Amino acid sequence: MAAEVDPAEVQTEQEEDVEVIPLTVEFSGGLEMLFADKKVHAIGLPAKTPDGKASNIAFLVDQVCEHLMEDDRKELFIQDDSVRPGILVLINDADWELEGEEKYEVKKGDKIMFVSTLHGG
Amino acid sequence: MFFAGFDEKIANLQAQIHTHETQLNSLKRQLATVEFEAAQSSIQQRPPTYPSTSSASHTAYENHDPHDMSFGFPEDWQAETLAALSASNPPALQRWPLGKEEYKRYGRQLIMPEVGLKGQLALKASKVLIVGAGGLGCPAAAYLAGAGVGTLGLVDGDTVEESNLHRQIMHGTGRVGMGKVNSAIVGLTSLNPNVKYVPHRAHLTAESSLDIVDQYDLVLDCTDNPASRYLISDTCVLLSKPLVSASALRTDGQLMVLNNPPRPPGDSSGGPCYRCVFPKPPPPESVTSCGEGGILGPVVGVMGVLQALEAIKIISSGSLKLGTSDKEMKNHTNGNSAKDSTAQPPSLLMFSAFSPQPFRTIRLRSRKLSCPACSAQATITSETLLSGSLDYVQFCGTTHPVQILNAKERISATEYAAVREEEVVLKEMSFAQPPGHVLVDVREKVQWELAALDGAINIPFSKIASTKVPIKADEMGSKTPNRVGVESEAFWLQELRSLPTDQTMFVVCRLGNDSQLAVRKFKELGLDHDGTRAIKDIQNGLLAWRRDVDTDFPDY
Ligand SMILES: [Zn+2]
Repeated sequence: MAAEVDPAEVQTEQEEDVEVIPLTVEFSGGLEMLFADKKVHAIGLPAKTPDGKASNIAFLVDQVCEHLMEDDRKELFIQDDSVRPGILVLINDADWELEGEEKYEVKKGDKIMFVSTLHGG
Repeated sequence: MFFAGFDEKIANLQAQIHTHETQLNSLKRQLATVEFEAAQSSIQQRPPTYPSTSSASHTAYENHDPHDMSFGFPEDWQAETLAALSASNPPALQRWPLGKEEYKRYGRQLIMPEVGLKGQLALKASKVLIVGAGGLGCPAAAYLAGAGVGTLGLVDGDTVEESNLHRQIMHGTGRVGMGKVNSAIVGLTSLNPNVKYVPHRAHLTAESSLDIVDQYDLVLDCTDNPASRYLISDTCVLLSKPLVSASALRTDGQLMVLNNPPRPPGDSSGGPCYRCVFPKPPPPESVTSCGEGGILGPVVGVMGVLQALEAIKIISSGSLKLGTSDKEMKNHTNGNSAKDSTAQPPSLLMFSAFSPQPFRTIRLRSRKLSCPACSAQATITSETLLSGSLDYVQFCGTTHPVQILNAKERISATEYAAVREEEVVLKEMSFAQPPGHVLVDVREKVQWELAALDGAINIPFSKIASTKVPIKADEMGSKTPNRVGVESEAFWLQELRSLPTDQTMFVVCRLGNDSQLAVRKFKELGLDHDGTRAIKDIQNGLLAWRRDVDTDFPDY
């Protein structure tokens, strides 16, 4: 598949005429290796989840894993249905804990970043 | 030009000199300590007889060679320290708050309003602990020593290796094999002999950390593993010490100032701790070391330098209650006003060397109300730490060498060497044409280019890992499994499929972990043709090849 997820591409998986939220998703600290070695991805996320709720970070993580991840080793990104320990999720340059974590509802133009902690020294 | 023999002799002599120098320094330090104690007791016994001008102060302690800076107590400073100790006995003991040599040495930072006299005295009174004398600890220690912190403690149990030298700038070629702490102190003493260097020549443990950290005002986490990071953070919270934590890998670095302001557990005005930011440790298989992932010297250097900078900012702001020399502070400043408000809001600085925007700062959360270390509900106490009930290594988990194949799927490096030799012999005898074998080297391309075995083909593990195993085609009645969607198959996979099926496939990597995963994946992808083709892992990879077969194979 293409390294970049075309907004239209994600859209086709949903019903037609689904509203799409343009977002920037960024990976850092080595996580980019799981995403075709590309750090910044412009994506379009359906505005609603399949069960009609406003799209939040949990849904984004799900979609990122489904459509953006090129590596087979999902466990390096997701564990127990959530982002694995050791990955900081940042919503517009702030720790997601400041913004409501998984429940934060994404908005147009949001920049969501996933940073793996480094341990070398 | 030298003959090879000379180089060796020179290195040998240098190593010996360094060893003796270290011993000598240690003896001198012990002597200085004893002399210091002796002097201290004599001050208490007799009335002070200090000369009133600094120029005359040389006569008071002239039994020390003024050029010998290895004491850790050069005379100017010694005079001052003694003066500070006897502050209860005025008269004015010296004319200027800093020694003559100190004005000169620190002049360029003294004239900056961010430091000034007050900041310099705070630095001089401060005791900083650096945990880890490696890629972060070396540059951090160099700049803190250069800036004139009073006491610098170094913790590390490792010895200097050749592969450290490209980034661990306080060590040297002649000191390979020496303990890192001793080696760093040799380098640091030559940089600034006026600092008191305290060696802690073992890794920090739950049993030792409280005792060690308690002797200092501020801690730099320059370690390289999650278990140490949790331990250091917990200890700093318990002892109310600010913590400057950094890490680096490949081209990236991260920096956080934690527990700043340093407040006791339960005080929500304190800065967050490591556990607030990372409540759970990462799965051990996701943790990559510099040895595995690589590290660019200046990247980790930048992070270590930034740690020193943050430490200098905290100390020179005067916000710390420094353990010693409170008297000295009061003598020369208007008291030590607690300026906790100068602490920056908690943040994480990310450095990415090859990014168009290499430095970025993100806002971090404040203390977590449920944090087991720094909240009112904290369960981590001095007692739990000392009792050993907190097993940090177990908490963070350990990776075991990959062991997913059975004995039949593996071959030793020596056995593989015999396979190669036998093929050569058979070919020479030429009455039998052996089917031959194929050797797949699954290291990343950049490693493959460094050195590889003759006849090997390179398929990087990252490509193998990112190849999805198609859904089994059994229900479609196909006899060949896993062949759905052949047209979209990765090029490397097509290449391997095109090889004669009677060739045994051997898989090798650097250490023998990825190669096992690759063997498993190759089989899942049907490359064994239902068992027609043998696919075997070379145990311990090129490490074993170098160790057991070809010692000339490059070790990197
Ligand atoms: Zn905490």
